[in-house]
Amino acid sequence: MPANRFNGFSDFGIGIGLRVPHYQHILSEKPVVDWFEIISENYMVDGGRPLHVLDQILEQYRVVQHGVSMYFGSPEAPDREHLKRLKALVKRTKTPWLTDHLCWGSVDGRYTHDLLPMPYTFEAARVTAQKIREVRDFLEVPIAVENVSSYAEFHVSEMNEWEFLTEVVESADCGILLDVNNIYVSSRNHTFNPHDYVASIPAERVAQIHIAGHSKFEKYILDTHDHPVIDPVWKLYAHAIELAGPTATLLEWDDSIPSFEDVHNEALKANQFTAEMRVAS
Amino acid sequence: MNLAEIQQRMYAAVVQPLAPGEHMQPRTRDGKSMHDAASEFIKPNDRLSSFERLEIYNRQYWFRVLGALDEDFSGLRAILGVRKFEVLCKAYLLDCPSESFTLRNLGARLESWLLDHPQWIRPRTGLALDMVRLEWAEIEAFDAAAEPAWDPQDALGADPDPQFRLQPYVQLLKLRYPVHDLLLAVRQEHSDGAMASNAISARKRARVRKAARQKPQSVFLAVHRMDYSVYFKRLDAEAFAFLNSLRDGNSLSAAVITAFTGRDVPESKILGTVQSWFESWSTLGWFCRPQSVDAKSISS
Repeated sequence: MPANRFNGFSDFGIGIGLRVPHYQHILSEKPVVDWFEIISENYMVDGGRPLHVLDQILEQYRVVQHGVSMYFGSPEAPDREHLKRLKALVKRTKTPWLTDHLCWGSVDGRYTHDLLPMPYTFEAARVTAQKIREVRDFLEVPIAVENVSSYAEFHVSEMNEWEFLTEVVESADCGILLDVNNIYVSSRNHTFNPHDYVASIPAERVAQIHIAGHSKFEKYILDTHDHPVIDPVWKLYAHAIELAGPTATLLEWDDSIPSFEDVHNEALKANQFTAEMRVAS
Repeated sequence: MNLAEIQQRMYAAVVQPLAPGEHMQPRTRDGKSMHDAASEFIKPNDRLSSFERLEIYNRQYWFRVLGALDEDFSGLRAILGVRKFEVLCKAYLLDCPSESFTLRNLGARLESWLLDHPQWIRPRTGLALDMVRLEWAEIEAFDAAAEPAWDPQDALGADPDPQFRLQPYVQLLKLRYPVHDLLLAVRQEHSDGAMASNAISARKRARVRKAARQKPQSVFLAVHRMDYSVYFKRLDAEAFAFLNSLRDGNSLSAAVITAFTGRDVPESKILGTVQSWFESWSTLGWFCRPQSVDAKSISS
């Protein structure tokens, strides 16, 4: 089920994140890439180089927008200026679907610029789902929410993370951007079986999958996007596509960014799992 | 504890400045034990206490926001030195936490905050303020809007005294120190020495000392953009007054009067001067095409 109503019935393959160090290579060499994911906030400006580069990319490639600051889990209403700028960008990129995180990060209009974890309560699920609906109605584009890596859990939680994710996406009737690296990171930090997570979410709502690398510290794992994808994460990916079908997949690499080819080749490893799945079926 | 209360408590802890050694403070701002405060809403696990789990977010917050200011205000950092700059940034962020969805705007209030809190930049107050204004202008010039540029071939219509609009990305600054030279030198040294050697640091300090020793003067600067890169262009006083007048929405003749009244420029030279300005600035694309010309080209 690669194409569904949560990703605009599109059929995207393996993409990578569009990052500044690769601009020159992409614009001059025009490598074959299925699609690029952009961080929306980097292009929600009035002009200059960011939009100039984006317009050139849009001439050649398919682009999907990924946000980092909508904070669906913060109870305050979405900032109008933010929404207006985001909608202008949606019109520019014609993104078939739009993603942001299932998290919070601001209080009373003050931003942490971090992806802070939700308490898994029914109240939080209701508030979050309501905000997702409001944003989707304003932007008029399908929305998928991404599970974040987390380092803390709350006493008040009434369910586990995958139950919370399911509660939110079903209440909001939105899609899931399933980040299998984040599932792995959280599973190590909170001691659960990551395959239980993948098996429990509504697979028919998976609009997109994220893969990435992370950093291991003595007592916890940090989601740093600065390494290749490790084998256990690839296994989770294989499990996810077994359930959801060969879904639009994107490799995130945000720090210590290697060459374009290295990043793209790492992403393309996902193809082997899709091929194996097709052979098996 | 409801959602709002958890978020208020966690936000307060996350934005509290780090203690020495990049640890979370042992006490909350109201004097309560941070261990107790964290335990009230965050679960421990078999490896980390509630305090340590919260500390991960506290560290990430400060690393992220300090990193953003460090990237945007490298000139101010060179003037103050790394340590003093970091202390200033922490004080600024406590008074002016981010109120924007984008980190791009984190330094938007730095100049006005420093005007109210000059103790953080003494004794190089003027030099530091000028640098902050320049570095913020650079951020604005980088991604501000660009409208279709005026071409001297464009008809100006029947208006004998037209209004010329400046491109939104052109920033005009009146400074007291040539901080643009200092900023370029600081960046050059940074790019010359991939490794931060003692020699480079010493050279940087010497440059700052030299700039600070200069007598304050009037430096008129345009921070502008060409081919999507930001440049500095020094202007003379008349040109600066002329451009500012146009930016304020005045007509061409009013801008000429503003620029030359009381200046020691013979009347016979004014026309030639203005013509040469237009030649240079229109080549740089600083003027927007008049709206009447836009409308005409759309209708045709």
